[in-house]
Amino acid sequence: MAVADSHDTHDDHHDLYDHGEFIAHHFDSAEQQFDSGKLGIWLFLVTEVLFFSGLFVAYTLYRTNHPEVFEQAHVFLNKYLGGLNTIVLLFSSLTMALGVRAAQLGRNKNCSVYILMTMVCATMFLGVKAVEYSHKWDMGILVRSAFNLTYTHPTPTTEIGKSLHISDYLVYLCIVPALLLAGFLAASVISKLINKTMLAKFMVAMAITVSGYFLGVVVGVVFMSATDAETGSSHASVIAEQPLMLMASTQDEHDEGDHDEGDHDKAAADPNHEGDHADHEEHFGAHPADGGEASFDAHHPDPSTLSRDIGIFFSIYYCMTGLHAIHIIGGIIALAWLYWRSLLGHWRTDYFGPVDYVGLYWHLVDLIWIYLFPLLYLID
Amino acid sequence: MVDSSTRQKLFGTPETNFLNCSKGWKSWAFTLDHKRIGIMYLIGVTVALFLAGVFALVLRSHLFTFDSTMLSDDMYNQMFTLHGAVMVFSFIIPSIPAALGNIVLPMMLGAKDVAFPRMNLASFYLWIIGTGCLLLAILSGKGLDTGWTFYTPYSIDTNTGVIYATFGAFILGFSSIFTGLNFLVTVNTMRSKDQGWFKLPLFVWSLYATAIIQVLATPVLGITLLMLIAEKTLHIGIFDPKYGGDPVLFQHFFWFYSHPAVYIMILPAMGVISELISVYSQKRIFGYSFIAFSSVAIALLGFLVWGHHMFTSGQSLVVTLIFSAITFTVAIPSAVKVFNWLATLYKGSILLNTPMCYALSFIFLFGIGGLTGLFLGALSTDIHLHDTYFVVAHFHFVMVGGTLTALLGGVFHWWPKIWGRMYNDFLGRVGCFLVFSGFNLTFFPQFVMGSRGMPRRYASYDPEFQIFHQLSTVGAFVLGIGILLSFVVLVYAALRGPRCSSNPFRAASLEWQSSSPPDFHNFLQTPVLTDPYDFESQVYDEELDTYIPREFANPDKVAPRKEPVHH
Repeated sequence: MAVADSHDTHDDHHDLYDHGEFIAHHFDSAEQQFDSGKLGIWLFLVTEVLFFSGLFVAYTLYRTNHPEVFEQAHVFLNKYLGGLNTIVLLFSSLTMALGVRAAQLGRNKNCSVYILMTMVCATMFLGVKAVEYSHKWDMGILVRSAFNLTYTHPTPTTEIGKSLHISDYLVYLCIVPALLLAGFLAASVISKLINKTMLAKFMVAMAITVSGYFLGVVVGVVFMSATDAETGSSHASVIAEQPLMLMASTQDEHDEGDHDEGDHDKAAADPNHEGDHADHEEHFGAHPADGGEASFDAHHPDPSTLSRDIGIFFSIYYCMTGLHAIHIIGGIIALAWLYWRSLLGHWRTDYFGPVDYVGLYWHLVDLIWIYLFPLLYLID
Repeated sequence: MVDSSTRQKLFGTPETNFLNCSKGWKSWAFTLDHKRIGIMYLIGVTVALFLAGVFALVLRSHLFTFDSTMLSDDMYNQMFTLHGAVMVFSFIIPSIPAALGNIVLPMMLGAKDVAFPRMNLASFYLWIIGTGCLLLAILSGKGLDTGWTFYTPYSIDTNTGVIYATFGAFILGFSSIFTGLNFLVTVNTMRSKDQGWFKLPLFVWSLYATAIIQVLATPVLGITLLMLIAEKTLHIGIFDPKYGGDPVLFQHFFWFYSHPAVYIMILPAMGVISELISVYSQKRIFGYSFIAFSSVAIALLGFLVWGHHMFTSGQSLVVTLIFSAITFTVAIPSAVKVFNWLATLYKGSILLNTPMCYALSFIFLFGIGGLTGLFLGALSTDIHLHDTYFVVAHFHFVMVGGTLTALLGGVFHWWPKIWGRMYNDFLGRVGCFLVFSGFNLTFFPQFVMGSRGMPRRYASYDPEFQIFHQLSTVGAFVLGIGILLSFVVLVYAALRGPRCSSNPFRAASLEWQSSSPPDFHNFLQTPVLTDPYDFESQVYDEELDTYIPREFANPDKVAPRKEPVHH
């Protein structure tokens, strides 16, 4: 009865702090804390799904309105690289799940190894992504307003680019990871020198993590050249089947540089171009059953419009994959924190919540990619 | 039986409490205590209220004459935009949940804190950063002239500080998500032992319904604003018609958040009113479960009506009809609440103190605001009233007449609990009278001129509307004075008011079982779980001059429980 024991609870105030190393003062028990965290992370995942939902809706809308654009645009995505990344992420989910299991059993050492493997997979994913991005930037496949498809690969101008035959953009994308790698290696040496072995171990793990990025880049470049014949032929077939697109691209080269003004001028001169939006609505409303080709011809007499509309596909592509990559980076930071706590041996059979929560987050990030891959790469 | 020294310790004036248990600015800036975070939020939203209020007064002054040259047209556009953006994102949305809710919610559950105290503090700092970004639009000298809705394509073309403002709103969205997520988890996992869902105060139910919206709707605003920023910087062509984008898509995304956001603003207010009406009638709330479920119903229906903001944006007729029909259904749970409040008042022993005056104002003003919403939900009348002052008056009746009034009522109600000091009730009621009359004077004429065709967001107008604008401007200043007076009364009470007891109003929800001000851990003993609307559970204690739970009272001096009278 509350009345009866009110004296005791009052006198033993410190009892509030006395229930376990990692249980926050406002929770009554480890169980309550775990349940709260679990519900919290699930709700957070709900917000994440809804955060991506805007982009999925935009995707659905534009794909419904312009199926022809999506059919023609996706061939520029290398599905082998996409598939490779899917396998990498699926494997990372496996190691993550093993890490959670190890934490649940209180095996901190195993847990740290699994988390490190997950982090390496994550950075490897980013490395492959960097190869893909740089390849597209080379070809002028950018967001809608800057879209300027050329098919030709510019020769690299940087020294590293020239010697390794890789894109300048890829070199730029490797600068930050290279600096991070150097920084972590230096930090591990310094912490070794000042006898902070735990910290040194952590820094080495971080260096290994960042190396995963370069592994991804190397594998990506190899894959890219191995599948080049295939993707090259698919580019060629697009050009053969869609002469309009070739025209579009050559026309684009002409008015390169002043897209904005060019657009204004065209909008003024060509009534078809004015208010693309109205045009699109008409598409959707008046000819819902029309396949790609027919409506394409009827409504896009100006070939440059199609080429630019492919740009909308890539706007959506960059938004979705970019936001996903940001989530991967966020995940790596969370995983690094888990790795540190595993080194400190924090996980016990009655306390492993953080690993569980980050694990759920990681599976969601994986799951989003599982949706993105077919939606963007496997359109046929 | 509990002896008198224990009673004194539990319910008397405590020596240490959450306000004085630690000192120095760091003890506030890094506090994880929900009460301190709530107070910081309260200060923050007050600053936002005054800032946006000044914008409103500048606007109203400009509109005093039809040919006013006080503001340039551009400045006028910036003023109404900043007024709207700061009021919506920085003031109303966090006002009741993050400030009052933060202080009261965990105590109503008998908990020591919210589930995630660090996230709670992060929410407050995100609020500061987000509001700072909004204000950066002014400080950068660029201003903001899109209206608070950031409609494309104008927001893409304008050179004003749209990026600062949208980024600010994005951050404020996360602040709101953190609060909502925290409350959902807290209510689910931190309730007292045996405190079932139907033993929760209705304020908790309304905060829970609000939190559902915060968690489900706000991320969509986040991605929309990010896409708008990408559109403005990279021209991705998703919203910009110049690049084949769809500007109406932006409107859909925006209102998918911003209509539910309207319920983020009003639902907590309804929860406050449920508490006030019941406590100051000393009568069990009428139709508890109906009020509780109507909150949830409003939260869910709120997701299905966003299209009623776009009746004139070129939606298909079928869609428009469906949105109109669902909009009407929202009136049902809203009316359920109003009827239940009125039924609670019936034959209650009503105490007309400051919080109750605000509660009664709320019912009146919300009634008008809600009913005029039906005019706007009906298709034929909306075509005429769309984008007129009628709309402005309608949502101010709900947002100010509803939320602000409830916030003030709630603040007066819980003020003695927070500070352990009592306010001057007479001056409080004078403030309430000024707020009520000033508010009506401001916005009632706007219904009239709106229905006669006065469009909103215009810097100048036809001379025939001048008298309405002048009434409105005078009213705005009266309203401003009323709020200022209430502010002074509250601040004076917090600093110099007479000490008050732990439960001066004979309220039965758990937060009143703590001392005033509460202890850092909220309760010195596990609170006795009582029905929050069973006022007979609280009995008067002479020694302490306060109401305490029956279980703690001296049985010799306790009046026997009154049997409920059935009329």
